[in-house]
Amino acid sequence: MATATPAGAGSPHGGDAAPPGPPEEQELSRRLTPLPRSWSPKDKYNYIGLSQGNLRVHYKGHGKNHKDAASVRATHPIPAACGIYYFEVKIVTQCLGMCGWQLGWDKHSYGYHGDDGHSFCSSGTGQPYGPTFTTGDVIGCCVNLINNTCFYTKNGHSLGKFVFLPSQSNLYPTVGLQTPGEIVDANFGQQPFVFDIEDYMREWRAKIQSTIKRFPIGDRLGEWQAMLQNMVSSYLVHHGYCSTATAFARVTDTTIQEEQTSIKNRQRIQKLVLAGRVGEAIEATQQLYPGLLEHNPNLLFMLKCRQFVEMVNGTDSEVRCFSARSPRSQDSYPGSPSLSPRHGSSNSHLHSTGADSPTCSNGVMSTKSKQSHSKYPTLSSSSSSSSSSSPSSVNYSESNSTDSTKSQQHSSTSNQETREYYDALFLGTKLSHYTDAFGSHDSEMEMEAEHYPNGVLENSSTRIMNGTYKHEEILQTDESSMEDSCPQRQLCGGNHAATERMIQFGRELQILSEQLCREYGKNTMHKKMLQDAFSLLAYSDPWNCPVGQQLDPIQREPVCAALNSAILESQNLPKQPPLMLALGQASECLRLMARVGLGSCSFARVDDYLH
Amino acid sequence: MLLYLLQQETSSTELRTECAVVLGSLAMGTENNVKSLLDCHIIPALLQGLLSPDLKFIEACLRCLRTIFISPVTPEDLLYTDATVISHLMALLSRSRYTQEYICQIFSHCCKLHHWHSCGFNSLPQPLLCANGPDHQTILFNHGAVQNIAHLLVSTSYKVRMQALKCFSVLAFENPQVSMTLVNVSVDGELLPQIFVKMLQRDKPIEMQLTSAKCLTSMCRAGAIRTDDPCIVLKTLPCLVRMCSKDRLLEERVEGAETLAYLIETDVELQRMASITDHLIVMLADYFKYPSSVSAITDIKRLDHDLKHAHELRQAAFKLYASLGANDEDIRKKIIETENMMDRIVNGLSESSIKVRLAAVRCLHSLSRSVQQLRTSFQDHAVWKPLMKVLQNAPNEILVVASSTLCNLLLEFSPSKEPILESGAIELLCSLTQSENLALRVNGIWALMNMAFQAEQKIKSDILRGLSTEQLFQLLSDSDVNVLMKTLGLLRNLLSTRPHIDHIMSTHGKQIMQAVTLILEGEHNIEVKEQTLCILANIADGTTAKELIMTNDDILQKIKYYMSHSNAKLQLAAMFCISNLIWNEEEGSQERQDKLRDMGVVDILHKLSQSSDPNLCDKAKTALQQYLA
Repeated sequence: MATATPAGAGSPHGGDAAPPGPPEEQELSRRLTPLPRSWSPKDKYNYIGLSQGNLRVHYKGHGKNHKDAASVRATHPIPAACGIYYFEVKIVTQCLGMCGWQLGWDKHSYGYHGDDGHSFCSSGTGQPYGPTFTTGDVIGCCVNLINNTCFYTKNGHSLGKFVFLPSQSNLYPTVGLQTPGEIVDANFGQQPFVFDIEDYMREWRAKIQSTIKRFPIGDRLGEWQAMLQNMVSSYLVHHGYCSTATAFARVTDTTIQEEQTSIKNRQRIQKLVLAGRVGEAIEATQQLYPGLLEHNPNLLFMLKCRQFVEMVNGTDSEVRCFSARSPRSQDSYPGSPSLSPRHGSSNSHLHSTGADSPTCSNGVMSTKSKQSHSKYPTLSSSSSSSSSSSPSSVNYSESNSTDSTKSQQHSSTSNQETREYYDALFLGTKLSHYTDAFGSHDSEMEMEAEHYPNGVLENSSTRIMNGTYKHEEILQTDESSMEDSCPQRQLCGGNHAATERMIQFGRELQILSEQLCREYGKNTMHKKMLQDAFSLLAYSDPWNCPVGQQLDPIQREPVCAALNSAILESQNLPKQPPLMLALGQASECLRLMARVGLGSCSFARVDDYLH
Repeated sequence: MLLYLLQQETSSTELRTECAVVLGSLAMGTENNVKSLLDCHIIPALLQGLLSPDLKFIEACLRCLRTIFISPVTPEDLLYTDATVISHLMALLSRSRYTQEYICQIFSHCCKLHHWHSCGFNSLPQPLLCANGPDHQTILFNHGAVQNIAHLLVSTSYKVRMQALKCFSVLAFENPQVSMTLVNVSVDGELLPQIFVKMLQRDKPIEMQLTSAKCLTSMCRAGAIRTDDPCIVLKTLPCLVRMCSKDRLLEERVEGAETLAYLIETDVELQRMASITDHLIVMLADYFKYPSSVSAITDIKRLDHDLKHAHELRQAAFKLYASLGANDEDIRKKIIETENMMDRIVNGLSESSIKVRLAAVRCLHSLSRSVQQLRTSFQDHAVWKPLMKVLQNAPNEILVVASSTLCNLLLEFSPSKEPILESGAIELLCSLTQSENLALRVNGIWALMNMAFQAEQKIKSDILRGLSTEQLFQLLSDSDVNVLMKTLGLLRNLLSTRPHIDHIMSTHGKQIMQAVTLILEGEHNIEVKEQTLCILANIADGTTAKELIMTNDDILQKIKYYMSHSNAKLQLAAMFCISNLIWNEEEGSQERQDKLRDMGVVDILHKLSQSSDPNLCDKAKTALQQYLA
């Protein structure tokens, strides 16, 4: 039987009111909440015969009295989250039976009878509803789960809606027959409908979107604007888009809570983690935020575990230095976890000049982000001397400053747009819209904007909240550079000394784990992390082993986000940007609506507001 | 002063533009503002300004003109005083989106039909279009309005699209010429009907949906789009039904119902479809429930507003009910079964607003076509009472429909017939037959004809007395064939059953025979002559009345002539006369038979008995048998 094939679903006239979306998402929702697409060979009376792919129903009883009436229902109930559901039935021969849909049991059924044109609501006595119908007529039934109404159609004409009681129970498309020889053909969207359901859905989509647009945001518009600006600004700050944030603050005449240097510090640390240089990140954190990691032993342990993994990977500076390709690393990191003098000396300098600072000149990092901006060949510089890294970091700040000038240029249009957005925005979705309006000239931000929906839709909400979607570009370049530098991907970069260092580090980690265990009690999470990390050594090719996915650079993201959040928290700043919080809330709200059967969720989609 | 500055060629364009802007703002004010501006001849001044090369100035002038022309106090004809104005406006259409918007708006407000108030109901003959030269639609059409405005329907500006659409809805209204043109115009490879259908989509603004439905309706009524075209059946009709829903604004509901009434007026299939769509008949009942709460008397303004809307809603609902029930008996039944429907109609008949009264009468007229309803609900609600009231001193427009309804109420099976007669209907109807208005004459005589059908002697005498022989002759020489036919019908009904025939012929015999001769000699169509021969046959059925024919050789020759006429109907009618004259059992039949034989009638009868027409053949054989007996 080829009835419930997704082919029907893909047709432009699909009976399901599933909103358009990325195909994979549609596929997903289809699996979770399948739409009724054929009659069920199981849920039917014996007098009912099915054919033509479970779409044709014929009556084979003797049909002498009411007791001989028989019905069949669809394979699945109508999912509330679909918003609007529609199906049609063509009366092939002399039907005087009924056509309707049920709540799963007869007590709560709603029907439209062809012999008298009456409608039945959960009882045996009908009320006059519409015209009678007979051979050749096409009868349709539309269930609107947004406002809990239903209407039938006859030959493409809506016969008038009526309200039904919302219920927790499932609704099934159903058809009933009572006379021998009766045949009806169902159309669950496999063919074009006679009634213009698309048009009806267009109306509801427009209705819901205008509800969102006109959502009252209070009379104090100024406050609303300030809040929006604050959300955008905090988002920029959170992720360390220092120059953009500064430009934004200048244009909107707002202040940034966090100091610029602090933002840059965080940015730097994050980049280190994301580049796999966890050791350096730990150092930098300890230096810039003394006591932070000491107060967060769990975080520290997480970082160290990651550092171990990165050592295996050959990316952590403690093993990288053995490759003797990075002179700067060599003299900075002789294996000691203590602060490098260079860092210490440049501390004051860092505060004054920011981007210009040589401490920022982690060649790998800046050039890599550079690469994504201006497509400079970066492979050489990534592993070359520190001198080459300096210009690239200057370059980076330049690119930021162009951003800011662009921002200024666009500020007038931005403001204009903003005005429109105020009307158009709704909760968090509105905010991200706003961000786009402002940040659309910022290539980096643009890329991120493309990432949120993925995060929202495919992964758990924690990931969005942590807001770590931004690094894929870096990771990609990172990966490519990594592959270039170590084509065969050997343990610790294939360096023997590095391997020894790694093993030694592993022992230290083990000790730390035991120590934590003593102080804070057993922690299964820690144990698992440690086990997974050590397991890598059990395989000759760690990259292609059951636990090998730990080496995937994408695994750096949660660690990075946790660290960033912890730093912010220590500064009495929110650990998540309000923008992402709002976005996550909006998405979660829609999910919740779908779960409790509020149909309007199918026409309100966060993506629609993220262009 | 402003006007002076505006007209000064020497003043700078900036100053003149500012003047136009200020004048435009003034025009936005009260109607008195517009009136005084009109008194200062602002329109010629602004039209002059349109000749300027400066676009900003032109736009300001157009904006001001637009504001003035959309005011109800401005006569539309002012736009048409100078023939060059229209062509100049057409040329300006390409200048900017503002000129497009304003010009379209001016056109759609200055293109009123002379018989706009009839709002599409032309089922009754109403020569309301007075001939004042070509109407506005034609003028605009001849200036290429269709071609110039069509491409604006796909403009990027919503306002331009909307005004262009409105323009078309006005241009096409009851105008077959424009409608037939529109159907073949295409913009960007898309035909206008397709563009209109897109504008009907449910996510488009209501205003746009409604206006494009009006365009499609006009095109359908003009025959440019078939009534079974999916764009009418599945798009326009459902859209208009939606406009009648409670969710819509009052104005939209009124316009939606009126347009739908017009769309389905003459097509029974559309009437059937509308009647089942979205419970329209029940939905319309809500039109009578406004205002839901009576506002305080103190708030005069609000009261006035409510009243106006209530009137508009009611008349729209009546109109739509009238169209819905025009042809289908089941629909009529459903309408009458709607809550308090008959009461509402009865109340509507005595409303102060002429518009509502007219619509209520129309509705009643439509429903009065049902035999069953005439016998039941019409009687139960004594509909005839308010109807007779409406007929006193009403404007012609209402009289036409009301008297037409009265015709139906006077049908012999209608129980209302008696009380109507008693309330002095004969006098009223007789006076109607003297009306200047053709429709009223037809309805008056028609009603009398229905009244005389199988009536008792007294009523017949009353009718004859009330009408007077002069008037009867007047009607028999009426230029309208309808009046003539109904008058003959009246005569025929009067001259039925033997005692009545003899009585009437004894009093009016001479005049009637004269009239009959006159008509048989005149240039009339077959139906008229047939009807006249039938009257003769009725006269021949009388006992004493027979003699009036037998002594009139002229008439006898005419009957003989028609026996051999090429038209079988006339032959048959003449045969009836002969049969009645020669019928055996009656007194003096022998002499009549002899006389007619001498005239050569028997030869003709023999010939006719060989006729291929079975009716004629039978009739001739029966007649010949009378001679044998």
